[in-house]
Amino acid sequence: MGKTITEKVFSRHSGRDVRAGELVVAQVNYIMGQDGTTPLTIRAFEEMGGKINDPSRIAFVIDHSAPSPNEGVSSLHHLMRTFAREQHISLYDIGDGVCHQLIPEQGHIVPGDLVIGADSHTCTYGAINVFSTGVGSTDLAAAMISGKLWFKVPETIKVCCTGILAPGVFSKDLILHIIGDFTADGAAYCAVEFIGEAVSALDVDERFTIANMAIEMGAEAGLMQYDEKVEQWLKGRAYRKGEPVTADADAFYVDIKHYDAAALEPQLACPHTVDNVVPVSQKAGIPIHQAFIGTCTNGRLTDLRVAAHILRGKKIFPGLRLIVAPASREIYLEAMREGLIQDLVAAGAAVVTPGCGPCVGTHNGIPSDGETVISTANRNFKGRMGNSTASIYLASPATVAASALHGEITDPRPFFL
Amino acid sequence: MILKGKVFKFGNDVNTDYIISGKYKFKTLDMKELARHVMEDLDPNFYEKISAGDMIVAGTNFGCGSSREQAPLAIKHAGISCVLASSFARIFYRNAINTGLPLIECDTSNIDAGDLLEVNLEKGAVINHNKGREIAIIPLPMVMLKILSDGGLIPHFQKYGTFKFE
Repeated sequence: MGKTITEKVFSRHSGRDVRAGELVVAQVNYIMGQDGTTPLTIRAFEEMGGKINDPSRIAFVIDHSAPSPNEGVSSLHHLMRTFAREQHISLYDIGDGVCHQLIPEQGHIVPGDLVIGADSHTCTYGAINVFSTGVGSTDLAAAMISGKLWFKVPETIKVCCTGILAPGVFSKDLILHIIGDFTADGAAYCAVEFIGEAVSALDVDERFTIANMAIEMGAEAGLMQYDEKVEQWLKGRAYRKGEPVTADADAFYVDIKHYDAAALEPQLACPHTVDNVVPVSQKAGIPIHQAFIGTCTNGRLTDLRVAAHILRGKKIFPGLRLIVAPASREIYLEAMREGLIQDLVAAGAAVVTPGCGPCVGTHNGIPSDGETVISTANRNFKGRMGNSTASIYLASPATVAASALHGEITDPRPFFL
Repeated sequence: MILKGKVFKFGNDVNTDYIISGKYKFKTLDMKELARHVMEDLDPNFYEKISAGDMIVAGTNFGCGSSREQAPLAIKHAGISCVLASSFARIFYRNAINTGLPLIECDTSNIDAGDLLEVNLEKGAVINHNKGREIAIIPLPMVMLKILSDGGLIPHFQKYGTFKFE
């Protein structure tokens, strides 16, 4: 019997031949913490009383409340900066970007790696053939000291996506559809391998969107194959050589699901759960007060290009607010070079610092009572954006931009004819 | 250890944003302060209603969503003695055990709000006094039992300096 990507990564990092279901203590290649979770990690680390195993394998990112909106957050940021300086740990500060863009973009991780982050969307890096998963603050502290973490090697579900997405339909629509089908815990405790023509045809930027949302179906990781696109994407970024991992043809999958990407229309996750998914066409016409384009799901250059394509030379709907947060400084700069920021600002967008604020409800766009928001983020839980009486719809950047233009939920496909 | 408490019942897919909202958790490491807002978006008066030792009982996928360890910590500091659910989301499961909040995985469909439960953590037994029956539980994996019996992952590392499960 062959092995899945997951079984191969854990065999390599635990130094023995392991299978799904086994408990392992595995070496991790890279460790990430953000400003919502790292302060507790620092406290746990200090209580544990150990030493940092290898500071070159750790990065902290200040992105969840950046720049700081209040004194409480400022003092937690200060704690992170001081600790990072004293322990020689890399720290990405305000404006550098969202952790899940920065860690791959800055070349810290390579295919075949085992990576943990104190953030549930750490599964994003599966798009470049990295087994990465979210953990809590105390697990992170333990890994900072030991260089290792314990895992139960997860079983794997294979998700095969055939066909090519139609114009105006994006990877966000595909993953929303899959989550709607699986439900919020349909892949619980499992890794998911996303394969097929529809996935191979996507750029790496678009693949990150799918891997990012694997956690929304309960998965521990969302993995993809290494190919020429990943190789190209890593050029000039990675400072180590990766060892890509391929699943064996006779590997065991606990389930195999098939989706026809070609037949898919734009999708929408409706309030208040990510698995409450319907085609955009079913909800077209619902009035929108605020639109948000950004996050670790959809704040990349490809996403900003799509939004600018729809909004260039036009004005957003009167009275609607459009907030844009590029996912990193590098993306922000390139979007300026390409004139995308010019297009979006001229259309009426408010561009905010690269970071997570609007998505997690810390600052930069908390909706008012009873308002309706359409967002490119990955979660629409009640209160997620900071107001529990607001309603949040999740969609692709194209659907969000088209909806911002018309002031109501809008199918973006006419913009791609 | 034997825990006794009154049941507060919730549904499926209770996410960590509901347990403790992002608007609070980013501001402070004061868990007593965070505890005041526990479950607020699902029940605005939850913190006022509970007494020390009470239990949260939920359906499937409890603790899904964000990796925030403030979620089990806020529950623990609010005085909740343990959480029983039909299933737990993976990261929450780890975080709760790491921080010493006992979890019980069992069929919760016949437990109702207000029931008085008795949980024996060592034996892994749950008795519902209102229904007069014992509930079968899914035992914790060996690794988690070890961490919980050490009092959490911090005491485990204080004791061994690394992961030690043999």
